[in-house]
Amino acid sequence: MNRIELTSRRDFLNSVFSAGAMIFAAGVVPSAEADVTKSTWNPSVFIGVDTDGSVTIVAHRSEMGTGIRTSLPMVVADEMEADWNRVRIEQALGDKKYGSQNTDGSCSIRDFYDLMRQTGATARFMLEKAAADQWKVSATECKAQNHQVHHTPSGRSLGFGELAAAASKQPIPRPDLVRLKLPNEFRYIGKGVPSVDLKDICTGHGTYGFDARVPGMVYASIERPPVLGGKLKTFDDSAAKQVAGVSQTVVIEGAQPPYGFQALGGVAVIANNTWAASEGRKKLKVEWESGPHAVFSSEAFKKTLIDTANKPQQVVRTVGDVDTAFNGAAKIVEANYYTPLLAHAPMEPPAALAEYRDGKVEVWAATQNPQAVLTTVSKALGIKESDVTCHVTLLGGAFGRKSKPDYVAEAAILSKKVGKPVKISWTREEDIHFDYFHTTSAMYFKAALDASGKPTAWLQRTVFPPIGSTFDEKEQYGGGELSLGFLDVPFDIANFRAENGPAQAHLRIGWLRSVANIYHAFGIQSFIDELAHTTQKDPVEYWLATLGAPRQIDLATQKAKYTNYGKPLAQYPIDTGRLRRVVEVAAEKSGWGNRKNGNGRAWGFAAHRSFLTYVAAVVQIEVDPSGKLRIPRVDMAVDCGQSINPDRVISQFEGAATFGASIALMGEITAADGRVQQSNFNTYQVARINEAPYETHVHLVEGGGPPTGAGEPGVPPMAPAICNAIFAATGKRLRELPIRKQKLV
Amino acid sequence: MIRLKVNGASKEYTGDPAMPLLWYLRDELQLTGSKFGCGMGLCGACTVHVNGEAARSCLTPMQSASGKTIVTIEGLSANGDHPLQKAWEQHNVPQCGYCQAGQIMQAASLLKTKPKPTDQDIDQAMQGNICRCGTYQRIRAAIKTAAGVKA
Ligand code: FES
Ligand code: FES
Repeated sequence: MNRIELTSRRDFLNSVFSAGAMIFAAGVVPSAEADVTKSTWNPSVFIGVDTDGSVTIVAHRSEMGTGIRTSLPMVVADEMEADWNRVRIEQALGDKKYGSQNTDGSCSIRDFYDLMRQTGATARFMLEKAAADQWKVSATECKAQNHQVHHTPSGRSLGFGELAAAASKQPIPRPDLVRLKLPNEFRYIGKGVPSVDLKDICTGHGTYGFDARVPGMVYASIERPPVLGGKLKTFDDSAAKQVAGVSQTVVIEGAQPPYGFQALGGVAVIANNTWAASEGRKKLKVEWESGPHAVFSSEAFKKTLIDTANKPQQVVRTVGDVDTAFNGAAKIVEANYYTPLLAHAPMEPPAALAEYRDGKVEVWAATQNPQAVLTTVSKALGIKESDVTCHVTLLGGAFGRKSKPDYVAEAAILSKKVGKPVKISWTREEDIHFDYFHTTSAMYFKAALDASGKPTAWLQRTVFPPIGSTFDEKEQYGGGELSLGFLDVPFDIANFRAENGPAQAHLRIGWLRSVANIYHAFGIQSFIDELAHTTQKDPVEYWLATLGAPRQIDLATQKAKYTNYGKPLAQYPIDTGRLRRVVEVAAEKSGWGNRKNGNGRAWGFAAHRSFLTYVAAVVQIEVDPSGKLRIPRVDMAVDCGQSINPDRVISQFEGAATFGASIALMGEITAADGRVQQSNFNTYQVARINEAPYETHVHLVEGGGPPTGAGEPGVPPMAPAICNAIFAATGKRLRELPIRKQKLV
Repeated sequence: MIRLKVNGASKEYTGDPAMPLLWYLRDELQLTGSKFGCGMGLCGACTVHVNGEAARSCLTPMQSASGKTIVTIEGLSANGDHPLQKAWEQHNVPQCGYCQAGQIMQAASLLKTKPKPTDQDIDQAMQGNICRCGTYQRIRAAIKTAAGVKA
């Protein structure tokens, strides 16, 4: 249920409003609470209409490149009939009063679209009513349009500014009296507007975490324990202190497991600019005690993972009886798949600025989750959450890394110790060494085929150090990650079993753009392609035949605890009809049926539902005689329900194609003796302009239903589609990533 | 003392001559449009023009900037209306935007030497500039628009 009220709580907005301004608050009322009081209700939307006609809309989500800071306010403006040119966007501080601000999980639009619409429409209703009262006419004769209310019969008009004071005295209408626009009345929704930050970005005036500044601030650079949980033995800072500009060194206490979002600890060098701080840090002599995670080496660990995946494990979904089916099968196919650790490497490494004064702290941070900043910082400093203020800057990419505010805690701890505002900006090496890594995984598959090649049984196992280990050291099983592309295999196979085995984490494990869907889609979408080739069928036709008739899959009857991205299946079912449709569209738009493989050129295909969005990808590749790979073209068919800002949806999928290509081609983090071996873009490579797909065509398929995720779901199909193309081109089945480590010819 | 010109203004610098230009621009002049991405010349986020040519400011020590004319994204055009900036807006190139100053400065330098670049020219000139958000195809399209060549 949504609730909207007029509010006098102007503290929600930073701007100063005149006396007659109309200020709205709107939020979702938790359905569990029958008797809602103001104190438990956290409105997410704030709008101010000032008497000069300016409209301020608060953006409460973080801008990291999706355009969300534009798209959600745009929805409000559309329903309200506000003129976008007279709308100002204000970035919300981190505060529970805004409801969830955790910009993660591709959920901003799907969680807030309805509320934004209803709030805008309510404002419109009240402005129309205020005009009607003033003219003493029926409100049904008054219509808001482009920042004015018109009375058609008499030709009179009043601007929103002129109506603000009167409108603010109107009672909030009952929701059923407020008419939402019909789709053909939308001015911005479904069409889009340019990002509010576009001009600033193109002229170098956007302010990111790295750019935050307050007078008197100093810069810090931290030497952290190279192995997770390592302890500081001794250090010598005499040479560091000789560096011009260095003022002091400060020890940050080591974090205790579970590591969560704590600062990792270490020795910080404080200086009067970024360069001096990092030069000083290079001169520190620090000795560490490595601790238990020094045993971790990727090579050995990989063997352990694969071993585990080859033994029976906990059953997490089952239907029919795979064992009996295997016994009577005409043909059995088995395969092991493996994916390495990955780092996020957002273009802007983690950065934050903190100013501690008199028991309170103000921080400016590139963060996806400002409320986690409040909790983390208050815990680190032993102060109340209400004594932490978090300003959210633009984020120079994030991909999940900036949901974890360990770097903000560092700045806050240092500011308290130094007694000055402290800016912390990580180097790329720090970013890569001290990431919350995307986990490494092993998967095992076994399928039984009947004489016609149809799968009659399918067994799959997944094993990976889970994200849960970051918050509970003992956690070795998958939890939420199993719902990310593993439990929800959509194929219609009579006997099916999914299992999950344990794995211990030795690094901080975190979520990275599309999370476990990356390895699950890689394994599952490659294996089904193997089956298609084994039976000499066209991969797309085989895929669709295995998908079966259009239906909604009910996993509850198959002993699976499926979380469906936090949404009810009734509203967002696993609809194989929609999945089929995107496959058909991708095949048709790419010209799959007329493709000509040969001469090192070939096409590959994969499809995957994630974040409630259906995506099919057709990838064209070329392998030259030296084994070098090019990706001339990608076609992605996408059903993400309704698209609010289509160009930004398309750009997310274009970006995902490149992000997915980076993962497939070159992404790999390894460790030896507990230490991460990569350090910068030379050893941890990401796709460049000449390596990324040359062109990505995104085909939006309106499958009906409410908006679903856009930021992440383009990533998972990329790696399997590329590897399936490589098989078609070279006959080599790649069951491990990254591709670059393997010879293609 | 090191003298240089930044976006048309004369400047004097007396600090560590080994400090890269990037930190002088960002920390001292507060011109934060040039970004840090790697500090090793691997990503191009810090690209500025030194005497009219694209250079990685993270690898340009202050001593070698002495006597030079520096232009940053903030100084590329008076009103943000360089043909590339306009093309960037037209194609909605940026996602997070963090790499884009470097991309635009690199592309501006390309167009000076190759006013009508081919795909190969673009790949060649732009492959030192990483965009982790993956805006490459729009970067290519925007460069072509600014250059007036067919997409
Ligand atoms: S920061 Fe200079 S090239 Fe990356
Ligand atoms: S737009 Fe984000 S790195 Fe290029």
